[in-house]
Amino acid sequence: MIETLINIALFAMLITTAFAIVRMDRLFGVVMLSGVFSLLSAMLFVTLDAVDVAFTEAAVGAGISTVLMLGTIALTARAEKRRNKRQFVPLLVCVAVGAVLIYGTADMPSFGDPNAPANLHVSPVYMNDSIEEIDVPNVVTSILASYRGYDTMGETAVVFTAGIGVLLILSGLSGRRRREDEEEDEEEQV
Amino acid sequence: MHHHLILRVITKLLVGTIILFAFYVQFHGDFSPGGGFQAGVIMAVAFILYGLVFGLNHVQRVLPPWVVHKMLALGVLIYAGTGVWTMMLGGEFLNYNIFNPLHPSHGQHSGILYVELGVGITVTGVMVAIYYAFAGRRPFIGDDDW
Repeated sequence: MIETLINIALFAMLITTAFAIVRMDRLFGVVMLSGVFSLLSAMLFVTLDAVDVAFTEAAVGAGISTVLMLGTIALTARAEKRRNKRQFVPLLVCVAVGAVLIYGTADMPSFGDPNAPANLHVSPVYMNDSIEEIDVPNVVTSILASYRGYDTMGETAVVFTAGIGVLLILSGLSGRRRREDEEEDEEEQV
Repeated sequence: MHHHLILRVITKLLVGTIILFAFYVQFHGDFSPGGGFQAGVIMAVAFILYGLVFGLNHVQRVLPPWVVHKMLALGVLIYAGTGVWTMMLGGEFLNYNIFNPLHPSHGQHSGILYVELGVGITVTGVMVAIYYAFAGRRPFIGDDDW
């Protein structure tokens, strides 16, 4: 009962935040509100007992990405461009995609269903054998780092690749500009 | 932010605590929520906070960009190296049982520790590197610009 109330309150705040983000022009406020949005979703994950996910959402969504968004604003513009014309195509696309997603959830097993496909295949093995085989109280860690160690290595490589990509795009450009300013002769030779 | 005395004092107090918490999340991930990824982000936040308040030059004196760039690759190398190490000991790739054949679960513990350390180092590196890349393009954001 109390969990339902908490869920309703959190979802109401989530939707309010989303509308506020859409209505707002000043991007500084938008970034702050998207941090609030992340924190609210982190709380929703806590009510679902997914504490590790909530932790990640709070640290990445509310923490790091807010800072990076602020850095982007500092490089671009402080306010959104005003658009007078009302656009119906994006609205239609949003409504259509939302309808498809809601239609899709109709086929999903109910929350916590022990007969759901996700709870039938390998999860019981992990749950039953984890303490004996790995002896780590936090099953999430044992799945992430040991049972699924190969996947996590791929994820680390993805993070690494993303970092390299950002470095190539951003630092590369600034380096070229500096060279243009300081050593124009060398630029011509290249 | 030269004249924000309160921000500067509080930041100095917070940075140490944040780093300590990052280590806690990193090495206590077996028992509580958290692990390498979260710890890496929190560790990066400590440096980013310092950079935001004291300026990019100061934080880059603590953690130079070339160190950060090496960290990106070092973490992945530690992770993959753990796998290669288990293979060289005669086991399967990333099967940590081989670290301690008498007590396989102890081997698992050390394997998880190395692997999470690799994740943490890479994530810290990537987050700080992205922050450096963004913040380095314009030297200073004025207080009134917001």
